[in-house]
Amino acid sequence: MNDRPPILEIRGLRKKFGDVEVLRGIDLAVLPQELVFVIGPSGSGKSTLLRCCNRLEEASAGSVRVDGADLMARSTNVNAMRRRIGMVFQSFNLYPHMTALGNVTLALCKVLGQPRAQADRIGMAALDRVGLADKSRSFPGELSGGQQQRVAIARALALEPKIMLFDEPTSALDPELVGSVLNVMRELKRGGMTMLVVSHEMRFARDAADRVIFMDHGVIVEQGRPQEIFSAPRETRTQAFIAELIR
Amino acid sequence: MEAWPRFTETFFKWSVIVHYCPAIANGVVVTVEIAVAVVITGILLGIVLAFVRAFRVLAINALIVVFVDMLRALPPLVLILLVYFGLPSVGIRLSSFAVLWLVLALVLAAFAEEIFWAGILSIPKGQWEAARSTGLGFLGTLAYVVLPQAIRLTVPPLTNRTIAITKNTALGTVIGVGEILNQATTAESFSGNATPLMMGAIAYVLLFLPVVALGRFLETRFAWRRV
Repeated sequence: MNDRPPILEIRGLRKKFGDVEVLRGIDLAVLPQELVFVIGPSGSGKSTLLRCCNRLEEASAGSVRVDGADLMARSTNVNAMRRRIGMVFQSFNLYPHMTALGNVTLALCKVLGQPRAQADRIGMAALDRVGLADKSRSFPGELSGGQQQRVAIARALALEPKIMLFDEPTSALDPELVGSVLNVMRELKRGGMTMLVVSHEMRFARDAADRVIFMDHGVIVEQGRPQEIFSAPRETRTQAFIAELIR
Repeated sequence: MEAWPRFTETFFKWSVIVHYCPAIANGVVVTVEIAVAVVITGILLGIVLAFVRAFRVLAINALIVVFVDMLRALPPLVLILLVYFGLPSVGIRLSSFAVLWLVLALVLAAFAEEIFWAGILSIPKGQWEAARSTGLGFLGTLAYVVLPQAIRLTVPPLTNRTIAITKNTALGTVIGVGEILNQATTAESFSGNATPLMMGAIAYVLLFLPVVALGRFLETRFAWRRV
């Protein structure tokens, strides 16, 4: 796709919960402006993989480099790294006691130390990008699920991340609200954002993803262009999963 | 004597009311002073303890739990007597006012800590993760994201507990704090009439009824829709 070094580089990543090894040696590189899509059955380790990429989950072994910096190194300031890695959660996780704008500007004010006026300006611009500038004063409880998820995207976006991680961003949404969130993600892709997405939205994957990764039992079974994975998967496990997904 | 005149003579004797009104009023002032001091210091200390506990340092948390459980288990009167009559023997002299304040504030702090801690625990993990994923540290997340939500959740139980404990200011009478009940019992023994006790009871109602109403208002005010 391009020759620049990867934004996200995962090597030999392993994660154990007690005796259960959820990730069993993952190697993955995400290039600048690439949209990588991760699919796989539940329990395959997709979410854990994503959560290891900003250390919400501590890996048991292996390395994760973001924009060249070793995420696991002792000398690494994990908070400084995290603000370059946007994360969007399945359950939105907006702060219910703050307005949409308050949600977006909290980290700008308290992490980056920006003055109120500047944070508000950046926050409004981020809300505008997700089409919700008019809802800046609304509280999460007053917004639909789709709007909440777009505010959550704006919250990550405002920090100008190098990469954005999406953990099943549309799974908690009513079907009619999914489109608005996917449209925002398409816009991000068009704007050149690097993205790693765990999701089951196949139609979206087909027309937006550069690469689809199929995971099962903590390993990457197969990866390739969306058409290859969805139309002509090579591995039997992938075939079975795709057949299940399409049915 | 007829029953009704006897009743009014016992509980609402006008001359006694007039004579002891200033004393009861003094008692009200003292009760308010102690109550306000107890509420402010007790709740603040409770927040601080819950905040410290959130760091989950094993040894410190064990101390907090022991402190909290002891104070919740002991009747406040026992503590008041213990501190008031015990401390002078080790050379620490505190006024009866200070003892009452200290004990009730510690008891309120113990209950408040438990309530705040329950509030902190009830905030979904996703709130922590969302805040941490934006680069906010543990302290910032606790201060800006978790505590503001936890405190709102705790308003109803905390209000009830606060009212219950501030009413315990009446226990100060046993160590001679000049609060309402103390003034009333003194007046009762001087006058040989129960009217001052009735005045005290009415003073308590007038004092705490608005607080109870305020509690009710706060409960509805802070019961905002959770997402």
